[in-house]
Amino acid sequence: MRKKRKSISYAKWGYIFIVPFFLCYFIFSLIPLVDTIRYSFFEYYRSGIKEIGPTFIGMQNYTSLLQSDMLKYGANTLILWVIGFIPQILIALLLAVWFTDVRLKIRGQQFFKVVIYLPNLIMASAFAMLFFTIFSTNGPVNSILMSAGIITERIDFMGSVFGTRSLIGFMNFLMWFGNTTIMLMAAIMGISIDVFEAAEIDGCSGFKRFFYIILPLIRPILAYTLITAIIGGLQMFDVPQILTNGQGSPDRTSMTLIMFLNSHLKSKNYGMAGALSVYLFIVSGILCFFVYKMTNDDDPDGSKRAAKKRAKEERRRRK
Amino acid sequence: MKSKKPNALRSVIAHIVLIILSFMCLFFFYILIINATRSHADLQKGFSALPGKYFLTNLMKVANDGTFPMFRGILNSLVVSGSSAAICTYFSSLTAYGLYAYDFKLKKVAFTFIMAILVMPTQVTAMGFLRLVTNMGMYDSLLPLIIPSIASPAVFYFMYSYLQSSLPLSLVEAARIDGCGEFRIFNQIVLPIMKPAIAVQAIFTFVGSWNNYFVPALVIQSKEKMTVPILIATLRGADYMNFDSAKIYMMIMVAIVPIILIYLLLSKYIIAGVTLGGVKE
Repeated sequence: MRKKRKSISYAKWGYIFIVPFFLCYFIFSLIPLVDTIRYSFFEYYRSGIKEIGPTFIGMQNYTSLLQSDMLKYGANTLILWVIGFIPQILIALLLAVWFTDVRLKIRGQQFFKVVIYLPNLIMASAFAMLFFTIFSTNGPVNSILMSAGIITERIDFMGSVFGTRSLIGFMNFLMWFGNTTIMLMAAIMGISIDVFEAAEIDGCSGFKRFFYIILPLIRPILAYTLITAIIGGLQMFDVPQILTNGQGSPDRTSMTLIMFLNSHLKSKNYGMAGALSVYLFIVSGILCFFVYKMTNDDDPDGSKRAAKKRAKEERRRRK
Repeated sequence: MKSKKPNALRSVIAHIVLIILSFMCLFFFYILIINATRSHADLQKGFSALPGKYFLTNLMKVANDGTFPMFRGILNSLVVSGSSAAICTYFSSLTAYGLYAYDFKLKKVAFTFIMAILVMPTQVTAMGFLRLVTNMGMYDSLLPLIIPSIASPAVFYFMYSYLQSSLPLSLVEAARIDGCGEFRIFNQIVLPIMKPAIAVQAIFTFVGSWNNYFVPALVIQSKEKMTVPILIATLRGADYMNFDSAKIYMMIMVAIVPIILIYLLLSKYIIAGVTLGGVKE
């Protein structure tokens, strides 16, 4: 009896416990994915109330997307992402170093941490709407600048390419720098205090400390932050969509890829939306591959690979 | 002695930069709150740093506006975000426990699969999702905003890391010897152990769902089912110039104040949660 009890297999419970997740994923993500890919090969859209298609047209959607403004929208997405991300990562690194420097004794640290993380929680749509009203031609920012005598004519922020793009970049910066700071801070706090002490005894300056100790040691989390930020940038939608009312104005210079996809979905142009999704799928698939590599990497700083390489060369030399 | 002076200088610079950044973060909310308390006529005259007396009037205007059912929207958002947070954390813990505590043939495959889809954007499947929801008769209902959160790879991964660090399998063995059923073990032993992780992820899922705009904007059609982000977005689409701008500020305020309040109450846990996630990943 005892022996039999020991050999009871609990395997079926493992399956039972993970079934809801997989069932839900298959229904709400995998079937839609297959459906999306399938319709990308069809001519299928609505003109008025009449439904055209679905008729099989092969790769035509893909080629006509390449001839359309898709690449321009891709470039827009990249530009908007870069002008938000560069200041974000620089400021975040600076703050993370400051917050973790025991000699710097920053007062009210808790307050600053709470404040800089706050914008990350605000609804992007409400935030964009707020910026739209505040920066409109007769909004508060213009009237403050006017009464302070800094400008004599009202600035039309949303009327110029530079103004709109800077506003979007600024909002992305403001929404994400707090989050990144706290992540990097956690990474730096994970570094053993002994390392810093040893460096100090050896007469290490602040700059050297940053470039030769902190940066190399937080590389895995830095890479993780970078890749999640790239994927987030690829999905950029809410802020430009609401700030420019879905138009990407002026002259579609702030139109992102997901805004483009959204406009195809809204007009029920399923064939084109499908093909565009597949392009996005390929790009994010490549990015996913990197994240997968990173999260499963037991060799994050490349030291093992270097050791292996050295061993290999050693062997070759011996031959 | 030598190194003291540059440190004092650095400290001053650090404080100045931090104050500027905090000012940038708070300035817009300050304008929002001030403007929400002033009347439309006052707002046209220009900006003032002091609050007005129209807070209640503006709030009543927002509450009584039938074309933008703001409070109905908040209720919808609460329902969607609350249920999403509940089922997302429960099922993610269940999946994480299933993969952590049991040995079965497809274990490795299942784990690899979830890791592979970890950062796949939802927008990629949006077209098929929209068609599926329409075919299932769930178009213009709140269900498609809630149910898919059962499968959240990122939350799963967080729960899995947490289990690895805090649930010894011998505890499960001991419960089994005492004759505890597998579901009971999960609900009465594992879930309480995971409380801190569940709290953190529940907050994040709630906020994420509260702020979500892309999917609700695709699925929801009728005004009385709209969540807060779509309502705010319809404001942008409306003819802005003919609008009472005091009311717009009040609407935005009503939309973001609940989250700010929750945040101020729970900020300690939220920041700890980000750190926890950051270190683990």
